[in-house]
Amino acid sequence: MFVTDLVYGYMGTILRINLTTRTVKKKQLDNAVSRKYLGGRGLGAKILFDEVGPRTEAFSPDNELVLCTGPVTGCLAPGANRFVIITKSPQTGFFLDTYAGGNFGPELKFAGYDALIVSGRAEAPVYVYINDNDVSIRDASHLWGKDCWETEDLLKKELGDRRVRVAVIGPAGEKLVKYAIVSTDYFHQCGRGGAGAVMGAKNLKGIAVLGTKAINIFNPDELVAFMSTEIERKFTSGPAIETVKSRMKYGTPLTMNFTQEVGILPTRNFTAGQFEKSDHIDGHAMREKIVVSDKSCYSCSVACLKYSLVKSGRFTGGRMVGPEYETNAMLGSNLGIDDISAILEANVMCDRLGIDTISAGNVIGFAIECYQKGILTKEETGGLELSFGNVDSVVQLIPKIANREGVGAVLADGVAAAARKFGKGAERFAMSVKGMEYPAYEPRGSPAFALLYAITDRGACHRRGWPTIVESRSLKPFTAEGRATLVKKLYDDRIPLHCGLVCDFPYMIAGIGTDYFARILSAITGWDIGVGELQLLSERVASLVRAFNIREGASRADDILALRSMEEPLVGGPYKGRFVTSDMLNQMLDEYYDLRGWDRTTGTPTKETLNKLGLEYVANQLSGQSGRGSRRA
Amino acid sequence: MDKRLLVDRKICTGCRLCEIICSMAHEKGKINTRKARIQVVSDILQGVDSPIVCKQCVRPPCMEACPVRAIEIDQRLKIPRVINEKCIGCMACVEACPFSAMFFDREKGVAIKCDLCDGDPQCVKFCRAYPHIGRSALCYCTLEEWVAQRSH
Repeated sequence: MFVTDLVYGYMGTILRINLTTRTVKKKQLDNAVSRKYLGGRGLGAKILFDEVGPRTEAFSPDNELVLCTGPVTGCLAPGANRFVIITKSPQTGFFLDTYAGGNFGPELKFAGYDALIVSGRAEAPVYVYINDNDVSIRDASHLWGKDCWETEDLLKKELGDRRVRVAVIGPAGEKLVKYAIVSTDYFHQCGRGGAGAVMGAKNLKGIAVLGTKAINIFNPDELVAFMSTEIERKFTSGPAIETVKSRMKYGTPLTMNFTQEVGILPTRNFTAGQFEKSDHIDGHAMREKIVVSDKSCYSCSVACLKYSLVKSGRFTGGRMVGPEYETNAMLGSNLGIDDISAILEANVMCDRLGIDTISAGNVIGFAIECYQKGILTKEETGGLELSFGNVDSVVQLIPKIANREGVGAVLADGVAAAARKFGKGAERFAMSVKGMEYPAYEPRGSPAFALLYAITDRGACHRRGWPTIVESRSLKPFTAEGRATLVKKLYDDRIPLHCGLVCDFPYMIAGIGTDYFARILSAITGWDIGVGELQLLSERVASLVRAFNIREGASRADDILALRSMEEPLVGGPYKGRFVTSDMLNQMLDEYYDLRGWDRTTGTPTKETLNKLGLEYVANQLSGQSGRGSRRA
Repeated sequence: MDKRLLVDRKICTGCRLCEIICSMAHEKGKINTRKARIQVVSDILQGVDSPIVCKQCVRPPCMEACPVRAIEIDQRLKIPRVINEKCIGCMACVEACPFSAMFFDREKGVAIKCDLCDGDPQCVKFCRAYPHIGRSALCYCTLEEWVAQRSH
């Protein structure tokens, strides 16, 4: 490795692998770059912007798979377990950042790397094995076709060490399903946006890591003291203690109890916002029926993960860590399914075959509605009778999608592409933004979510802010008022965490703010980082990522919702009859762009904004690009 | 009655905070879970996480196996301790431990084991007692206290 000054928090090295030339290079991490972009999403965005030029096809060898950790990853800090894959999404053609927990991120750091950049395309299936300084590209022909769990098992056996951590794809990634996942530690996934398909296009079945090195901490005594006093109090006696306790017991599935109450629980392909049988599949029902024990990712004592086992009925013996809220909603209420055991079964199928449960639930809901409306016939579905509440149709469709068989080949490209193919009005209820399927929040009951879905860089996304409770308690219901400010604040609060790189969940539920995170970062890196620096980081990263999308041809016209959300009244619940009007969305977008310093007409970060954020090189690249209409128009 | 470091594997969530703080406490503040004196062995698919740590045997097989008497009984805590200067790195103690709780520092070439942090085990402090469970997976207490806590 490099002879450098001792670095703290970081490992100091970026690993580059070119699968076409089969070369491995190690590059020193530039201190100025890491201070400016921190790590994770920031560092990855910088690399992707610099190295993947405009209009590069997502499946081209020129697209890069940039896997980043951050200075906090692997350390003693809440949720210090994440890594992010940053790449150009095959689903949206735009910027994709997709995160996973478990233990892989820390292991990569223990092996000595802050980031891993994979470019090119292997001639035949390979996997990469990183064992501290030794990095090899190995044959994976015997793994091709295996599901995610089998692949993880086989790699651990083959490498002779159960402590090996892997990030792998299943058959869906190999077959370039547009919402293929990258799986790690069996139950953790880079779920959204199709990073698994980018790996598949590179003939890269997996990455295995074993590391034995140490992470240096600048002030370990201060870090330990901070963790055991002020941060610990947030989890044991802070103002959010009741939230913390209930999330520890019920995990993310508890969210269904809120979304049902508020009336934004996606039901039957986003026609309604409440599900009459939600109490069969919500947090309480899940704990009572299938949860066996509480589980954690590395360095997290929230234990939001639940190990579940199906003890009776048709799916007896099914087991997994999960399912999470998103899955319970998208493969549950959104499909009219009220059986938590069936949801678990469908979840395991998706995880093993390697597809995102959110997109899968959304796509299947769309297919069912197509079938009901006669847009899809029994002949076209290969004899499957699709209807809401029908578990059989779901468990039969999932493998068809993952393996691109029959109607599954069309559905594998996502709802937007499938709607274009099917026609006959199917686009009116294809629930996606920028080509990425909606997750489990109904925007017609939540203008803040509507705005989030519209502006999020990777498409319809619930992970850039979570306005559910704040909005319903403190903002005037169903107006545009205050939404832009709220959404920008929530979005910006998370950026330092996504660069850090940690899981935002413990910070959000316990109310651990940017001030605390700045202290964690300072103790680890030795840099004197204040809240102001992190706020600037958020602005910088938000505009840099936006600029990437603008360079790809994105414009204001892409910041829009699915047609159903904007023209069809919501069925039932407190927001019955509502839909998001163009006026509302436009008002929120105007306000949001203003807050960001982006041009109202084009949605492009202005030159002044970019210069102020130290992104002059980005401004230079964008000059002459603004004003182009929507790429899709 | 002496205190012991006791493990309830059924409620371990596998967060590895014990490994993290252990390595910081023994490796000059650095985080290196490979050098932790407590290791969580997981079978993720079965939902099993088992912290493995020295049981501080009264008649320690590690001590008996050591050919150079590099493992001695600490007079104050009455636990076996590795004397680094005497250890020859043969790993006889690692083989001898029936619990696989004797570990090895490859960098330094010496055996490493739990020393109870001189009577104040740091891992226990970071092992959360989740409110809905009511107790933590790691406990530094007497056997009587342990039994009483578990019988509730």
